[in-house]
Amino acid sequence: MTETAPDLDRLRGGAPPRNHDARTIAALTANPGCARRGVMDAAGVDKDAVARELGFPSPFGQSQFAITRGNAFEAQVKADGCAELLTLLRDGLGLAVPEVAYDDLEVVAGNEGRELRHARTRRLLARALESGEGTLFDHPLLRLEIAGQLAYLEPDVIAFQLAGRLHVIEIKSFAVVDGQAEPEQVAAAARQSAVYVLALRRLVSELGHDPARVSHEVFLVCPENFSNRPVAAPLDVRPQLAVLERQLARLTRIDRILDALPGDLTFGPGAALADAVRTVEARYAPECMAGCEMAFFCRDEARACGATGALGRSVRDDLGGVDTIGTALALADGSLDPSDDLAETAAQLRTAARLRDEALAAVRAETLAGAPTPEARGARDGAA
Amino acid sequence: MSALTSLAQLRAAVDGIAQPLATVRHCHVAEAPLVLVPLKLAGEAAAPLAVLVGAARDDASLLVVPQPRNRDLRFQFAAEFAKLVLNHIETSRGGVEELPPGKDGDERIRYGDAPQLLVPNRGGVGFLRLLGRSTRFRSTEGPYAVDPAVPVLGRWLTWFADRYDHPGSSLLRAMTEVLRLHWATGQSSLEDGNLAALLGWIDPPDGLDGPAAAARAEDPVTCPPAGPATDPTFDNEVLAPAIAAYDRSGGDHRAEERLRGAIAGQLEPTWELMWRAVGLLRALPEGASVPGRWERDRDAFTYYHQTFGEAYPQARRDPPVRAARRLHDLERAQDAYDAQRAFDDPLVMAEYRLAGQAFGGVVTDCEPDRLDETGKRPKLRPHLRVGTADPVRLDVGTTVCNAARPALKGKIVELAAGSVLLELTGGMGRKLTAEPGSVPRPGERVCFTSLSEGSFGAAKFPDREDTPWTHGGPPEEYVPTDEDAEEEWS
Repeated sequence: MTETAPDLDRLRGGAPPRNHDARTIAALTANPGCARRGVMDAAGVDKDAVARELGFPSPFGQSQFAITRGNAFEAQVKADGCAELLTLLRDGLGLAVPEVAYDDLEVVAGNEGRELRHARTRRLLARALESGEGTLFDHPLLRLEIAGQLAYLEPDVIAFQLAGRLHVIEIKSFAVVDGQAEPEQVAAAARQSAVYVLALRRLVSELGHDPARVSHEVFLVCPENFSNRPVAAPLDVRPQLAVLERQLARLTRIDRILDALPGDLTFGPGAALADAVRTVEARYAPECMAGCEMAFFCRDEARACGATGALGRSVRDDLGGVDTIGTALALADGSLDPSDDLAETAAQLRTAARLRDEALAAVRAETLAGAPTPEARGARDGAA
Repeated sequence: MSALTSLAQLRAAVDGIAQPLATVRHCHVAEAPLVLVPLKLAGEAAAPLAVLVGAARDDASLLVVPQPRNRDLRFQFAAEFAKLVLNHIETSRGGVEELPPGKDGDERIRYGDAPQLLVPNRGGVGFLRLLGRSTRFRSTEGPYAVDPAVPVLGRWLTWFADRYDHPGSSLLRAMTEVLRLHWATGQSSLEDGNLAALLGWIDPPDGLDGPAAAARAEDPVTCPPAGPATDPTFDNEVLAPAIAAYDRSGGDHRAEERLRGAIAGQLEPTWELMWRAVGLLRALPEGASVPGRWERDRDAFTYYHQTFGEAYPQARRDPPVRAARRLHDLERAQDAYDAQRAFDDPLVMAEYRLAGQAFGGVVTDCEPDRLDETGKRPKLRPHLRVGTADPVRLDVGTTVCNAARPALKGKIVELAAGSVLLELTGGMGRKLTAEPGSVPRPGERVCFTSLSEGSFGAAKFPDREDTPWTHGGPPEEYVPTDEDAEEEWS
């Protein structure tokens, strides 16, 4: 692992490594088959800067209204030593929270240095685990090893100790209306929380305790209905944890991908950047648009070479894994003889092409015979 | 999705223009649909920012909440919006059709028409659903009194959102979904969610091909998003300063006009796209079963309109029996809708042929006068051999019907490579010789399928008071509470 570190430094072209946050780590699990993303993330390359340099800036902006609302809600829940949060945990979820202590770990004696803050988090959590003292630990600074590098995590969460176990509490500002929230937003929150649970578990085992003392059950705190009143719901993140652990284990084997790459590859700015990025194979899927800064570049590349994956995973699956549009269409019109493993796919495509042409031809013949209105014909020709 | 749709997408990608997925229109398009382009404030569940609404291209009303965080302005918006929507509902009823009395002699009527709401995308439907949820419990009296039209709007919006879930219903439609039902583009379904990009593929402006038009549509400056989410850059650079200026001015008219102007600029491109899409849909010939489905929509509308005065606002959650019945209705509607579309449209039927649930070809052999004389009385059972190259995946003994005339039914007697032998069992008249023209002749093109409309019948559900203990027993009667009415909306 240490041997790959100089390689990774070179990939960044001298720039300092970009730190991960729970969002980027959670996003690692979204497209595990993508070598490009794997390498860039492992090296801590600033993908946003690379995409901008390549002329494909990523459109991930956030509205100030959303930011303001999120901050206001969080401040409200945490006000007066998390008074509202405690009411929720006690009354809303019926938890027996005996005495309460609130520790904010955001600033250590006026110093915001990460090592210092992390040391304080360790110290306080170590004491809490041994003595059972302490209830709420706000802004813990956690660490997680990503591809041989220590990434600091700045979670906007609270570690909550209850009956000797630690729970993660995540405050989100999307609404829960009549007990239901938008599934995508809940899924994203669960993925992020899983990162914090994992980082906490690593910390707990470093401190010599059973990692199971960090619960897989996290508490999600959201505004209820259309109000600012918070409501809490337990969320089981075991599936997300499993995916994340598998994915992180895979990431540490990045050296294998690196071995296959040219020794002087770098993602530093310059005329050669596009070629350098193309050297590492990407696996673009439309889902990338939701989470990867490189998505627009990769999409352009996938479209340029006619990749079926650019049309969506389901299209690629329907085509039995045929990678390019040209091949698929050649199989469909019979101009390409399929190899044995594609014989079935090719037969299916040829039938599909025949049925489609037959249906369209029948309608066209009918239309000509029935002399349709000029508008109708114009519209149909325009669409065909 | 199937190989057939995927193939259409491939061709679209290569040709640079959308390819048809349907040869007829599978949805109703009203003469004057109410087009709605809503915007909401980022970060909030359902805080309306603006809506552009109207039933004709040149008759758009712009409603704006100049300070979306102000509760009073929000309800003022809801009241104005309610008046527009409710007026449209009342004026879209048409005449009244008298129907034959029901089983217990009830008078039955059906309105001659019903209102149709069109929004740009699924997000628009979700927004209307939440706006309905946030307004239907409001009280028109007491300390938090709102305009009487507000809770009425809430109930109607909730009803429309509910009908949206009903397969085949055209009362509330998301334009991107309707277009995707009829055309395949050379981009992914995610990108098809952008109305401007989707229309760019279907009907590119002069001088552009599909991909170029779609690329142009992805720039939020030239093509603002179709809502309800706004472009974050617009929020930060235009909207926030304009709202702040409005606040500072103390509600000054000019500041409000500037804000309205900025928002109108975001909405108008989508407004044009919506009407262009309506025009494209109108140009398609209507599918044969579309009027029948619209009749069901009219029935649903008539019922809700007639019983509106006696009913409470829809509960937050359905009680068990109603939820089960609703799910069952949705499943039946889906089943019927799928079958009807296939019968209406050879291109949709081609999907079933590819899947082996239907087969088409030319009649090679025919015994139209064949009688089955094994029983007490002879029965007319013509034999029909259809030559087909389709991958038939039906078993001997399966009942099939003719796609062009579903009344003509038959049974598969023999399956051989490239041909199917059918014994026709019904749809040829009552005599021992088939009605002229009812049995296809050799050389005729036919298509038979195992699909049938209404493959499962209506199930029986217990009354509310007989809700079984497995489902929590009889629920308490739902009565809206003051708490519902006073719910915060901040």
